[in-house]
Amino acid sequence: MSDKPSKDFHENITDRLRPDGRKPDDFRPIRIEVGVIKRADGSAYVEFGKTRVVAAVYGPEPMHPRHLADPEKAVLICRYNMLPFSVEERKKPGPDRRSIEISKVVKDALSTVVVLEEFPKCMISVDMVVLEADAGTRVAALTAASLALADAGIPMREMISAIACGRANGQIVVDLTKEEEDAEDAVDVPVAMSSLTKRISLLQMDGDLTIEEFEAILDKASKSCVKIHAMQRDALLKKYKKEGEEVDIDGEY
Amino acid sequence: MKDADSSSKAEIVLPGDVLYRGKNMLPGRGTYRHGDEIISKVVGLKAVKDRTISVIPLAGAYIPKVGDYVIGEIVEVGLNYWLVDINSPYQAAMLMFDIPEFVEKNADISQYYDFGDIIYAKITNVTKTKYINLTMKDSKCRKIVGGLIVHITPSKVPRLIGKKGSMVSMIKNITGSFILVGQNGRVWIKGGHETLAAEAIYMIDMYSHQKGLTEKVEEFLKKELEKEGDEDVRQTK
Repeated sequence: MSDKPSKDFHENITDRLRPDGRKPDDFRPIRIEVGVIKRADGSAYVEFGKTRVVAAVYGPEPMHPRHLADPEKAVLICRYNMLPFSVEERKKPGPDRRSIEISKVVKDALSTVVVLEEFPKCMISVDMVVLEADAGTRVAALTAASLALADAGIPMREMISAIACGRANGQIVVDLTKEEEDAEDAVDVPVAMSSLTKRISLLQMDGDLTIEEFEAILDKASKSCVKIHAMQRDALLKKYKKEGEEVDIDGEY
Repeated sequence: MKDADSSSKAEIVLPGDVLYRGKNMLPGRGTYRHGDEIISKVVGLKAVKDRTISVIPLAGAYIPKVGDYVIGEIVEVGLNYWLVDINSPYQAAMLMFDIPEFVEKNADISQYYDFGDIIYAKITNVTKTKYINLTMKDSKCRKIVGGLIVHITPSKVPRLIGKKGSMVSMIKNITGSFILVGQNGRVWIKGGHETLAAEAIYMIDMYSHQKGLTEKVEEFLKKELEKEGDEDVRQTK
């Protein structure tokens, strides 16, 4: 960034740097940790720049209230919650329209991979808490929730990784910040993809995009999800295995 | 085939990891088949035995299985049954005729087992909808009184027992405690150095996937015992 912009800097749109100095394909600094809440069955912390989310999984446990139990499979309960101090102006605590919607789309995304049939009559609760919001909270929450479920030992067909892509200031960018999201032409497209079969389990869009732009966004998002999944893997493995340590199976399983 | 048989190459796998491609192996516990691939569905250790690939989970709840011995707590006494908490999402039921004692007609069954009693019982039946039946009509089954109960991850119980009971008998020998292991992750310790045995069991739970764990635990126990011995000597002086 120290070198001066070249002559064609403003002509070549793809090379233009973003407000925080990132290239279009760059993530914000990502930090992922697993097993951060001791009393939960599984938990994870995900940080995308200034977006910070903690997810905790409890269960499988008996369904409460009992009459909502499904005799054939477990019920997945997702709660997305923003803390009052997570945004610039104090947010009134408790669920609102937005958080109910996000809880619902996260639940739908996770339901595609969690093997709910293994726990009839049970519930699995996923609690996601946004500690600090700087755009992309739903993808961070979903990334954390997927890790927390794996950490809780709940069977999943594959993992889910999520990232927000979109258009801001005339270019297609990955991992938007709040500043970029507030741009005049901004369109935010959160995408969640499964790790193995690469199926999309969450896709939302607010604003107008041309088909070309949309396809470019989807392409970038799927490439980014692969990178996020690699980070999720490392975080999960780090909980159990330190560098150079050997693992062994002993005992009659 | 010989390569696949050896379990020397232990590795930690994650949900969605492809464990095997082809049709010569069978998917075991913690895995599923998708087309030609066998894929893991939990975080755990990959284990290959004969022609079956399975993943031993490193976390997760206890799911009851017929024939398991479990340590449970009576949480409800009905007219002709007990409900037992077996450290699982599902409660187990033990009927009046599941106990060895003869029960008189219209007797108050709380005289046999009451709220809060701890029992070591055997699972006789698990239905598809997870109704669970327990029995006390087995020579191993008993009421548990005194001592202390520790919890470990249920999937790590086989590791605590060890090959042919090597791990648990080692702890028994060194600490002099009586140890009863329930498949549901509850362990009863009585007599001898109870807290020391509990510490060793927690250690196994934490480092279950490490190499040479039996030796590490043995070393830890002997060191702690020596320390205690020194203290005893100092106190008598």
